[in-house]
Amino acid sequence: MKLVIIKYNAGNVQSVMFALERIGINAIVTEDIGEITSADKVIFPGVGEASTAMNYLKERNLDEVIKKLTQPVLGVCLGMQLMCAYSEENDTPCLGIFEERVKKFVPTQKEEIDGIDDLNFKVPQLGWNSIYNLRSPLMTNVKEDSYCYFVHSYYASLGEHTIATTDYIQPFSSALHKDNFYGVQFHAEKSAEAGEQILKNFCLMPQP
Amino acid sequence: MDQTENKNQVDYSSPFWGRGGQLCKRIIPCLDIRDGRTVKGVNFENIRDAGDPVELASIYAKEGADELVFLDITATVEKRKTLSELVNRVAHAINIPFTVGGGIGSVQDVSVLLANGADKISVNTAAYKHPGLLNQLSKEFGSQCVVLAIDTKQEEDGNWYVYLNGGRVKTETKCFDWAKEAVERGAGEILLTSMNNDGTKKGFALDITRRLSLNLNVPVIASGGAGTMEHFADVFKDGKADAALAASIFHFKEIGVPELKAYLHGQKIQVRL
Repeated sequence: MKLVIIKYNAGNVQSVMFALERIGINAIVTEDIGEITSADKVIFPGVGEASTAMNYLKERNLDEVIKKLTQPVLGVCLGMQLMCAYSEENDTPCLGIFEERVKKFVPTQKEEIDGIDDLNFKVPQLGWNSIYNLRSPLMTNVKEDSYCYFVHSYYASLGEHTIATTDYIQPFSSALHKDNFYGVQFHAEKSAEAGEQILKNFCLMPQP
Repeated sequence: MDQTENKNQVDYSSPFWGRGGQLCKRIIPCLDIRDGRTVKGVNFENIRDAGDPVELASIYAKEGADELVFLDITATVEKRKTLSELVNRVAHAINIPFTVGGGIGSVQDVSVLLANGADKISVNTAAYKHPGLLNQLSKEFGSQCVVLAIDTKQEEDGNWYVYLNGGRVKTETKCFDWAKEAVERGAGEILLTSMNNDGTKKGFALDITRRLSLNLNVPVIASGGAGTMEHFADVFKDGKADAALAASIFHFKEIGVPELKAYLHGQKIQVRL
């Protein structure tokens, strides 16, 4: 199997590559269009800012290339957000693969609810939170309420393509799926067993 | 947790909750590194090489640590290569995030560590001396990977002051003021070590931790003073910390990560089990 990680000016490419190595997959990191379109699976990672990343993709025509891919594609973190219709981050039109829109978390502070703990919502959400209402083959053998590692200030709203939900300030899409396209908001590459299972599921997806 | 019922009746219009999930409080073991080896004595059974940070890190990851911090106390510049090689080995081995700190002073230092797979880096003295470093790092790599470490001490006047060079050099800057400025400059997280509490095993510094955590919109990792499981509950409930870091109590197995998390769960503190 040939798995390609799209290289662009965003972080976590290395971490995704190492995580795949841990489950026995050697990935190719490239921005070469021929390599990407001929791959069996494509991972679209990302840490960074939406408009800068979109511009980078457009300059290389990678935006059109990604939209037209027919093999399984997995967006991670910013990668998933860029697969949505639009991001509030610097008012950025995105790839439009998923109709969901990406909004900014508004920090809130609600002290001492039921006397146990404050609910002090900082932005970004940083740390482990649970994913629930799991569906889609991407979530095979992933338990309801598994914990995954999140770092993000923007979130995709819930919609018809939501395949996992997480609560932070409000419920949002922690994973999306439409046709051959998948996206996870959390860092699957850093999400312990649950993340490894999701990466394995993606790698085992049947070819079209 | 019994959250499986009613899962098809989630009220998506709810302004607040889906069904009660919550961001977890994080437990972070810290490993001190010198010349690529762990420094503090380690008291683990079934460990082949107690000095190998990778092996120790793997054990903590399996035990359910949420994150790890590697603090490099190597004195010399020549040994920095050893650190980046270590970071690379750690990044291959563990499936949880980790932060690398100690002696980091430039964009180039950070670039090398991130390229080798570190998720975050922490800066301390260099950022205080050249605060623009925080702006540079957050612009270049994003705030999410920039942790500001502060060593602080409460003086007799009641104020908490910033200390540098591993606590050897006092400044006249108040801890809160520096933390606030650092966040404005792009620090994405604060690692707050109370020198009054560090090593005492009498609990974390709750007041300064609480002040930073409630007044800054970035996570605060409390460090220094952990001695019992109750201390962790206190720093999460009263100190409002987002994460708690400890070294020796984990290394010497005085408290295990799994039992600590089970205890905190019993205290109704959200942790990853």
